[in-house]
Amino acid sequence: MLDFLTLPDFGLGWLDASGPYADIVLSTRVRLARNLQGHRFGSRMQDSEREQIFERVQQATEKSSMLKSGVRLDMASLTPLSRQILLERHLISRELSGDGRDGPPRGAGLILGIHESVGVMVNEEDHLRLQSLFSGLRLAEAYRAVDRLDEELGSELPYAYHHDFGYLTTCPTNVGTGLRASVLIHLPGLVLTKEIGRVLQGINQVGLTFRGLYGEGSEVVGNFFQISNQTTLGKSEDDLIEHLERIVQQVIQHELQARGVLMRDAPAVIEDKIWRAYGLLRYARSLSFEEVMNLLSGLRMGASMKLIPGLSVYTLNKIMIYAQAAHLEQAAGRPLSEAESDLHRASYVRRILATEGDVAPEGDE
Amino acid sequence: MLCDHCGENEAVIHLTQIENNQMSTFHLCESCAAAKGLEPAANVGNLPLTEFLAQMGKGMLPEVSVDAGGCAYCGMRLEEFKQSGRLGCPHCYVTFESQLKTLLRRLHGSTQHVGKVYLPPDPSEASRQERLAGLRRKLEKAVASEDFERAAQIRDQIRSMEAAR
Repeated sequence: MLDFLTLPDFGLGWLDASGPYADIVLSTRVRLARNLQGHRFGSRMQDSEREQIFERVQQATEKSSMLKSGVRLDMASLTPLSRQILLERHLISRELSGDGRDGPPRGAGLILGIHESVGVMVNEEDHLRLQSLFSGLRLAEAYRAVDRLDEELGSELPYAYHHDFGYLTTCPTNVGTGLRASVLIHLPGLVLTKEIGRVLQGINQVGLTFRGLYGEGSEVVGNFFQISNQTTLGKSEDDLIEHLERIVQQVIQHELQARGVLMRDAPAVIEDKIWRAYGLLRYARSLSFEEVMNLLSGLRMGASMKLIPGLSVYTLNKIMIYAQAAHLEQAAGRPLSEAESDLHRASYVRRILATEGDVAPEGDE
Repeated sequence: MLCDHCGENEAVIHLTQIENNQMSTFHLCESCAAAKGLEPAANVGNLPLTEFLAQMGKGMLPEVSVDAGGCAYCGMRLEEFKQSGRLGCPHCYVTFESQLKTLLRRLHGSTQHVGKVYLPPDPSEASRQERLAGLRRKLEKAVASEDFERAAQIRDQIRSMEAAR
């Protein structure tokens, strides 16, 4: 079989910055948690039962129009580096990657559409985690896609469903719709104006929650926040999606206002910050990932506010993915120490900015 | 302020609903709100469920004799669930129904699923009817909010179900 992981853009359609507000909202994800009737949940299953479930789900996906030509990846048969790459591409969760443990859970897998932005994680916390991933703010579209996949798989596989509680999940925080919709949003204006605390507090009060770059339990890096619904029971899928959409639209307006205030009150400071970030990324010889993310935040704001002409959001998105440790190791073809990784990262960023973002500020030279 | 529903007790829960851009506020006493399944979702914030369960203390998930045997299907005991925050199998939702309802009300502000109605691979007539009713509700809502793409998708689901009869 062709090793899909060597395809440079495998599973990265969501990166292309084609969606609405792509300069502010990196991606939209909608996932549905589903379990099979007649089986125990993940934490109480034997290995053989887990493998049986992976097998059944694979068979069902072969009959699905959205996944039949997709890629089927058994986590246990992948190298740790490949799993790390899938994690860095936001295609699998930390749990499925087996990161920080002995390895991935048995029977854990990913089935991913090649031409569709949908996939299924198998034997994560729940038997199935159906998901769709889109560029920009496209909640309704992302839900429609994953709902269509749910119809296809649900007509093949008997889901665990209860008249009152809806779709049954391992953790009661997901029961009902099993739906978690989230947007990965870049809010440097709100961070710089120190309004972010108030906004995040407001988000909590309206039944939403926020997380860091890699989802649950992860740190906020580069001013990226993942905003998602907190509750899954008692509201319909469409209502959950609409509510999140409405709040995210408001957050975007707050962010734009904050940027307006910054440019009105301190334009020189902001421009200096953005161009310093550009200068460091363009010429530095050693960069940690966190430093890259923080500097990219300045560049993304600059590109979004048209302060850096000719620098595309797509280029910035690519750097976010390809400057991560596993991607650098893959490109180098060998393991890298942390110090080596920082050198390779700086070299990669210099090269991509030289070819795709070689811009000069006005009045320069 | 007295409860809008019973008019007797002091209203302690003030529920603001926005539907079709119309805002309405209800003032309810604790027992009327609970009867409607409207107990406000606790501010769970970003706490992991196990910490949330621990914070709720012993009063939250009452020790009921059902725990003596645990879940008949997977053997999960209530005590284990409290520690891990994870249930053992779909049947646990039946075994621990009363305790879970209390928890779900706190977590989600509701104990009743109102989303998609699942149609299993070999559906009974009753589950077909339930599903059709659910789809028609969704269709009405999609049309009302002028989401015609969504409406078309739901209409196709209704048609394919009716054709399969």
